[in-house]
Amino acid sequence: MKNQKRWGLFFFLSPVLLWLFLLIVLPHIDLLAMSFRIENDDGQMVWSLSNYLNFFEEPIYWLTFVRTAIFSILVTFLTFVIALPVAFYITKVVAPKFQGFLLVLLLLPFWVSELVRVYGWMILLRESGVINHFLIKLGLLNQPIEMLYKDATMILGLVYTSMLFMVVPITSVLDSLDNSLIEAAYDLGANMWTILFKIIIPHATPGIVSGSIVVFMLTLGNYLTPNLMGGKNSLWFTEQIYNQFIASFNWNQGSAFGFLLLVLSSIVVWLGLKLTRQNLRKVVQ
Amino acid sequence: MLRKPPLFSQDVKQRLAIRFFMQIDLSVQEVTKKFNEFIAVDNVSFEVPDGSFFSILGPSGCGKTTLLRMIAGLTEPTEGKIEIRGKSMLGIPPNKRPVNLIFQQLALFPMMNVEENIAFGLRRRGEGKVDIKKKVEAILERVDLAGFGDKKIDQLSGGQKQRVAIARCLVLEPAVLLLDEPLGALDLKLREQMKVELKMLQAKVGTTFVYITHDQSEALVMSDHVAVMNQGVFEQIDTPQNLYNRPETPFVAQFVGDNNAWSGRIRQCNDMTAEIETAEGPIFHTKVRESLQPGDEVDLFLRPEAMLILPDPSLSELNRFHIIVKDILFDGANSRLLAHPLDADTELLIALPQTRQYDYIQKNDKIEIGWDQQSGICFRRS
Ligand SMILES: Nc1ncnc2c1ncn2[C@@H]1O[C@H](COP(=O)(O)OP(=O)(O)OP(=O)(O)O)[C@@H](O)[C@H]1O
Ligand SMILES: [Mg+2]
Repeated sequence: MKNQKRWGLFFFLSPVLLWLFLLIVLPHIDLLAMSFRIENDDGQMVWSLSNYLNFFEEPIYWLTFVRTAIFSILVTFLTFVIALPVAFYITKVVAPKFQGFLLVLLLLPFWVSELVRVYGWMILLRESGVINHFLIKLGLLNQPIEMLYKDATMILGLVYTSMLFMVVPITSVLDSLDNSLIEAAYDLGANMWTILFKIIIPHATPGIVSGSIVVFMLTLGNYLTPNLMGGKNSLWFTEQIYNQFIASFNWNQGSAFGFLLLVLSSIVVWLGLKLTRQNLRKVVQ
Repeated sequence: MLRKPPLFSQDVKQRLAIRFFMQIDLSVQEVTKKFNEFIAVDNVSFEVPDGSFFSILGPSGCGKTTLLRMIAGLTEPTEGKIEIRGKSMLGIPPNKRPVNLIFQQLALFPMMNVEENIAFGLRRRGEGKVDIKKKVEAILERVDLAGFGDKKIDQLSGGQKQRVAIARCLVLEPAVLLLDEPLGALDLKLREQMKVELKMLQAKVGTTFVYITHDQSEALVMSDHVAVMNQGVFEQIDTPQNLYNRPETPFVAQFVGDNNAWSGRIRQCNDMTAEIETAEGPIFHTKVRESLQPGDEVDLFLRPEAMLILPDPSLSELNRFHIIVKDILFDGANSRLLAHPLDADTELLIALPQTRQYDYIQKNDKIEIGWDQQSGICFRRS
């Protein structure tokens, strides 16, 4: 009986394992090996750490790396701050029959590709764009200003791209939050903020954490939005990887960067998990 | 020595005491709540004096929760006034009202343990840590849960959750504690036990309780006063005894306790005694509370225990008729006969005293029943 169960498990799990192994583990092993090899003066491939050393010796590399990490965390946090009220509104304020409609409305922008969405923003924001046009028509501006190619614009684009991935998990946890808990807290003397921090956020933590992980990873690995909206002054680490692979054709350096990014995202996610669990424990005490 | 005659008679003194010393904790005046066009609570007024146990009894969906939520401030009344300890509650949010509500589903916070649940309200008031700890321990003791402070909510039994919910509100010493069918989720045995416990707890702490339920036995056992509610309207506010013995409307007569309903027509009426010809056949004499005209359509209600099996022939003043036994519903001290009158198939419930003297009664037996003219309850049909 027990054996049978184990075989059943194996049977259903094996396609998943195979998929994981062939498409993810195998290429990564190859990339990992590649990142430790360089071409020596004789044109032969040898083992070396210099791909990684390059990263630390060249400030532009690690500065971009730190920048990317900090901005990704910031984007994740901003997305959360915007998504929580949105999710709360959808689940608790709006009449149930409109809930589905609102969620579809949120989903709508994701039916067009990211590229089109980013170009949409560019049409709005560029020097000769819609917003500048209206501001000048209204007499609020004398001459158009460039709104694109700034960090703020890039963050705007990244938050916009990530919204759905935060709203959906938070909506689903808030759906399971009993309204009477909120009312009970209100009845026992809590104000809006206490209800938010003592009832809603603790209840929503699993959704917030999973949403944050997805948003953080997507942002960290995003290439299009930082590249198009951030312009020359807003370097993103994925652009460095792209440059190595495509522009310099240095696959070894590129793989090293790729692995550094992987390590970074793993560390931040692990820290995040640790932190929230700690917080949770603190709340429980 | 000559004793001065007392200034006031005993009776007047008592009434003055009620007037001046018994504080009215909760006063609801002509409150109406409409949801769009639907009237959930319709022009309800009542007062609850300090320290009493007041119940609102009504069938599901009659507007009990809506009324309670208006008192707690979670819903605004469409019309009318609510005063707590003489202060108008208009526009005051729930977190500023001196009342607390125990929800139908208890609404304990699962992300906190028992102690934190109970301390929640105290913390919101910004009381000191030491004070909070002392108060929480005292109230846990009071509800017989000493030592349960660091248990998780999902580690508690139904009855214990119940008591935590009560403790969480009582620790705030509210002017009025509102309870929304808090025993609804418990099983029968526990409900019986909690019923008595709640009543004793209320007597011990002396807080004013407003308790809503659709279970008439809960309301009758626990309350000083009961309001019977039906479709948003209060039908009668009275003591449990009066509700049972002197219901003022047909709804109350049928909803509070079991009753056998007869429909009939007045043949004649004098001296507050009427002769009624029932649709089921028998002709009864019964006292009435208002003067009725011959020909008036009436509803007559008879309690199961008002009907005597095989009455002594020497008793005059009794209405007598025959029934056919359909079934014997044995339920210990609450056993009944299910029967119908000779020429009709209206179902009748007749209390069966458990003195074993009627053990010989069988299905399909024909037996004589008698009831006293004083025990009928008669309403003119409108
Ligand atoms: N927010 C609302 N919107 C519209 N109708 C409502 C709303 N809340 C309650 N009602 C209606 O008001 C009526 C009374 O509801 P309420 O919850 O007060 O009943 P209740 O007496 O507490 O019933 P129960 O014993 O089943 O809890 C019901 O018919 C219900 O459908
Ligand atoms: Mg209810």
